[in-house]
Amino acid sequence: MSDDLSKPFSQSALSHEEILKINRERRIQITAFAFMIFLTLLAFLAVGMEMVEPGFTIPFILLLAVVQFVLQLFYFMHLKDKDHQWPNAFMMTGIVVATPAVIALVLLLGVTKY
Amino acid sequence: MSDSVDVSKGLPPNPEKATLEGKNKFLGFWVFLGGETIMFATFFGTFLGLREGTAGGPSAEELFSLPLVFLMTMLLLTSSLTSVLAMFSMKKNNFRNMIILTVITVLLGFGFLACEIYEFYEYVHHGGLGFTTSAFGSSFYSLVGLHGAHVTFGLFWFITLMIRYSRTGITLTNAPKFYVASLYWHFIDVVWVFIFTVVYLMSIGGA
Repeated sequence: MSDDLSKPFSQSALSHEEILKINRERRIQITAFAFMIFLTLLAFLAVGMEMVEPGFTIPFILLLAVVQFVLQLFYFMHLKDKDHQWPNAFMMTGIVVATPAVIALVLLLGVTKY
Repeated sequence: MSDSVDVSKGLPPNPEKATLEGKNKFLGFWVFLGGETIMFATFFGTFLGLREGTAGGPSAEELFSLPLVFLMTMLLLTSSLTSVLAMFSMKKNNFRNMIILTVITVLLGFGFLACEIYEFYEYVHHGGLGFTTSAFGSSFYSLVGLHGAHVTFGLFWFITLMIRYSRTGITLTNAPKFYVASLYWHFIDVVWVFIFTVVYLMSIGGA
């Protein structure tokens, strides 16, 4: 077994169906990428051209960022896949701790001091 | 044992998780990414708390330029896509394509890094914002600089892997390594999504 670990392969064991599945998955990823570019453009236009109402700009671009965050994690990093329960648990833990950390820092440093 | 993988038909599907070592690398790396999320969150929180504290120095609105940030975003986002495509090539046992796509990823990453160095140079020498000028300056350079350091590390990671495995083809040993490096690269891109939104767009958007 250990010999096989550093040996290259002359072919892939993927069946025809699996290759089709990978190709379909790749098309989905490219679509997700195009969508992310679109979201980025939207965020920059909203700020640069002041297209959105002033009070609404910040929530709007934050929402776009969250959508992009989810797309990146679930599609590019495959969190949506079935064998990713533990990675999901780790990321959720990270987000659960990170959210109060950000809020606490903003309140303690920003609101209290200034 | 899950370590005994059938290699008689060629490179197994999902070679990054075919061996126990690969599975462990994969799992351990996600633990690391969960921790990184929290670390970056503290830096984001510090920046958001301190960004009004300019102490007479230049403010964010005076310094930031949207076109440069937009260019950097496009470079990093595209490099994330090429890195994803490289992983599809890896699953199909297409070593040449994987290396080509990884090289493109690295080149785009260097483009991003060059923009960031130029940006910092401009701020320090022409914008008048040093690291110790104000609380805004310190927290800005810490947060964006930390992300830049991650980018630099990721680039050298990719380069090391490519040099080390330039002649071996895709094996069950190096497939998890390439996969984990690509995960790291996506994570850097995720962090940048929040940097361009929270640091640049929110500052210019007048909040």
